[in-house]
Amino acid sequence: MSSHNTYPERKNSLALPVILLTSGLFLLLSYTLLSIEQAGGLAAQVQSALPKSGAESPVTAVLLNFRGYDTLLEVMVLFLSILGAWSIGRASLPQALIKTSTIQISCVRLLIPLMILIAFYLVWQGTRFAGGAFQGGSILAAAGVLLLVSDFPKLIQIHSIHLRLGFILGPVTFILIAFYCIFTNKTFMAYPAAIVSQLLLFIEIACAISIGLTLAALFAGGRPAQESSIAQRKGSTL
Amino acid sequence: MDTALNFYILTFFDLTLITALLWLAYQSLSTDNIFKAVILFVSFGLLMALAWVRLHAPDVALAEAALGAGLTGPLFLAAYRRMEKLQKKERRLERNDEQENDEQS
Repeated sequence: MSSHNTYPERKNSLALPVILLTSGLFLLLSYTLLSIEQAGGLAAQVQSALPKSGAESPVTAVLLNFRGYDTLLEVMVLFLSILGAWSIGRASLPQALIKTSTIQISCVRLLIPLMILIAFYLVWQGTRFAGGAFQGGSILAAAGVLLLVSDFPKLIQIHSIHLRLGFILGPVTFILIAFYCIFTNKTFMAYPAAIVSQLLLFIEIACAISIGLTLAALFAGGRPAQESSIAQRKGSTL
Repeated sequence: MDTALNFYILTFFDLTLITALLWLAYQSLSTDNIFKAVILFVSFGLLMALAWVRLHAPDVALAEAALGAGLTGPLFLAAYRRMEKLQKKERRLERNDEQENDEQS
């Protein structure tokens, strides 16, 4: 082993079977792709149903309305990922308030509001052009990562209960609206036509906040050092 | 611009993009240096975003640039830093063990 940042050892015994299997899969996929008729897919159907979907962008219409169930599961998968990361350990944030340079702090203070503005602009314009909950959420997460790497002093004062509420905001909003549709339209996720665009925007904003918080918390890499008061009380009685 | 010339320029661009993508993917997977692999992965993500733009999928391109390159890269780097820290700690423990053994003998 030459250096500490290399793999411990390379096993090449599996290389040939893996290459053969991958090439086989590649050929199969190529054959399938070439044998599909050039019918233009479902674009025509999506376009014809677009006025009813509550979104002007076909991508947003498919993601949140026609195939909304898939997006709900995606948001749940993100939630599961943060559950996994938090169950492994605590985040390695600086325990004490460390001194950060004034220039760095003022730069971060200038950038963060701008990033939040851009994030919500992306979410809002997602109903008409490119953009949406995932894109806006990742900008929010980037703001969070910037705060984390610049050791922003207020960061260690964040209570875990606020983070927990933030993580479930998106999934819970999505599920509540989906169940609300059962009462109004007798079908799961069949949005009522009168308020469909407002509902979609509501879901997108809630999901963007959750996605941003989740991804930033994944970067931090664990539970915050400061637990919520409930958890502390539980710990003391045990 | 002349449409034929435009077509040739775009085809040349696409071919360069595909070659660069395949080369970056191979380099990222085959290198022994994890840090280098992460940097190559981020570059791959950025070029992949360009490829999505060429495929007329701006939504996917935005998601790829922000998530694939912008967030997965830093996540990998954070994991890499943690790995290094862990390895340093292990080495220190090993050294302590050796010292203890020396003292005992």
